[in-house]
Amino acid sequence: MKRDEGMKLLENGKRLDGRALDEIRDVKIEVGILKRAAGSAYLEWGNNKVLAGVYYPREMHPKFMRDPTKAVLRCTYNMAPFSVDDRKRPGPDRRSQEISKILSEALSSAVIIEDYPDAGIDVSVEILQADAGTRCAGLTAASVAIADAGIPMKDLVSSCAAGKIDGEIAVDLMKEEDNYGESDVPLAILPRKKEVVLLQMDGKLSREEFKRAYKLAFDGAMKVYEIQKAALLSSMNSVKGDGE
Amino acid sequence: MKLEEHLRGDYIRNLVKEGKRLDNRGFDEYRELEIEPGYVGEKACGSAFVKLGDTKVLAGISMDVGEPYADSPGEGVLTTSTELRPIASPYFESGPPRQESIELARIVDRGIRESGAIPTEKLAIDDEKVWVVFIDIHVLDNCGNLIDASGIASIAALLDAKMPRFEDDAIIRGEWDGKLPIESTPIPCTVAKISDQLLLDPTQDEEYAMGARLTVATTDTINAMQKGGVGTLTEKDIDDAIELAFSRGSDIRKIVEG
Repeated sequence: MKRDEGMKLLENGKRLDGRALDEIRDVKIEVGILKRAAGSAYLEWGNNKVLAGVYYPREMHPKFMRDPTKAVLRCTYNMAPFSVDDRKRPGPDRRSQEISKILSEALSSAVIIEDYPDAGIDVSVEILQADAGTRCAGLTAASVAIADAGIPMKDLVSSCAAGKIDGEIAVDLMKEEDNYGESDVPLAILPRKKEVVLLQMDGKLSREEFKRAYKLAFDGAMKVYEIQKAALLSSMNSVKGDGE
Repeated sequence: MKLEEHLRGDYIRNLVKEGKRLDNRGFDEYRELEIEPGYVGEKACGSAFVKLGDTKVLAGISMDVGEPYADSPGEGVLTTSTELRPIASPYFESGPPRQESIELARIVDRGIRESGAIPTEKLAIDDEKVWVVFIDIHVLDNCGNLIDASGIASIAALLDAKMPRFEDDAIIRGEWDGKLPIESTPIPCTVAKISDQLLLDPTQDEEYAMGARLTVATTDTINAMQKGGVGTLTEKDIDDAIELAFSRGSDIRKIVEG
């Protein structure tokens, strides 16, 4: 996308919203806010607003997709029509189908799917307001929702992106940076094992720049992990409190 | 499908633990690559038939005149689609594209788009009209690693492509006006992680066995990456995959450029 002449993404080392290059936006998570879903989470990440819900265990349909050795986890990523400036036509487009696939694979890498042969686990990610980084925000919320549902996992999935703006590598791009930036690297990890479950990249990066982007995204995801843990712990404390 | 996948996957995983591949390749070795540019040269602007081992893919380039995207006035448009035709595998069915083929097309598209291979600003006709370049990937025989085979076929077809003649506000079909300008040769390289090893250019059986998969498309920089599959990668895996993508990518680029 072309930007107006003279528009700068960086001024004196600060970004449009005043953040430093290695600073992520504010992330807030609320656990268990949907009644019908087995587990749920609402997440705000800068101006992103995301809702994730889990339905399980489900009979797997269509039948031919059933797997007698493990559960099939399907994640559906969906953007609300009003979540972006120009209304998005409702329903799946090619972008959201690709994101649904890689989110499903990332979550399947964390959930102990071998515990649920023949079953289906359905995860919905609804983007209510989008401001760049929605796949990372959605995945982060989905993993909290799965934990809230009590489904056994090897670890939470924590996610964050990094990119390149005005020649500098920066973490967690916001909308303007994403539109006019030069590269984007979304990453998701299992924080305790430090292993990668989602990685994409587009743009032009040297190997050194990629290394820098990887490190910033990884460190960002570790910060997100702490916020996920705190949200889950406080939701459990409030459940305990109700019983007393 | 599931049973076959499990049995073949198990066999391959055990073989990899012994340091072997079914076709005796080294883990960092590509299958034999053959490229035939201009395979369907009468109607399509460009084409290339690629054989990667037993995997066969035909990519065709069509061009049309259309409107630029609202956020990119004065720039040509690139569209990439894949058809996983039922002829290519007992598991492919007719119908609208599924996630697998959408992902395939989008990985190939990103490698080409982000490398700047197609100088879109040179594809403007006037303020309202631009050239639209369609890459259509026709998978004909799926014996594994469709991403690399499709990516190589696509850039080879682009390098083969001619510009249709455009006169008096209309395309004159069957007449050409020079080559489609192509400014770099992005090459995707895919590894599969099996039994904690990275295997370059996986076959179909190796895809049954794999956990995670990583594709890295390069020119002189990294232009696109995509992790796929259920499983995890370490930082070292990613570093090794990038190293392989640059070294093997430059070998493949020589074959593609002829």
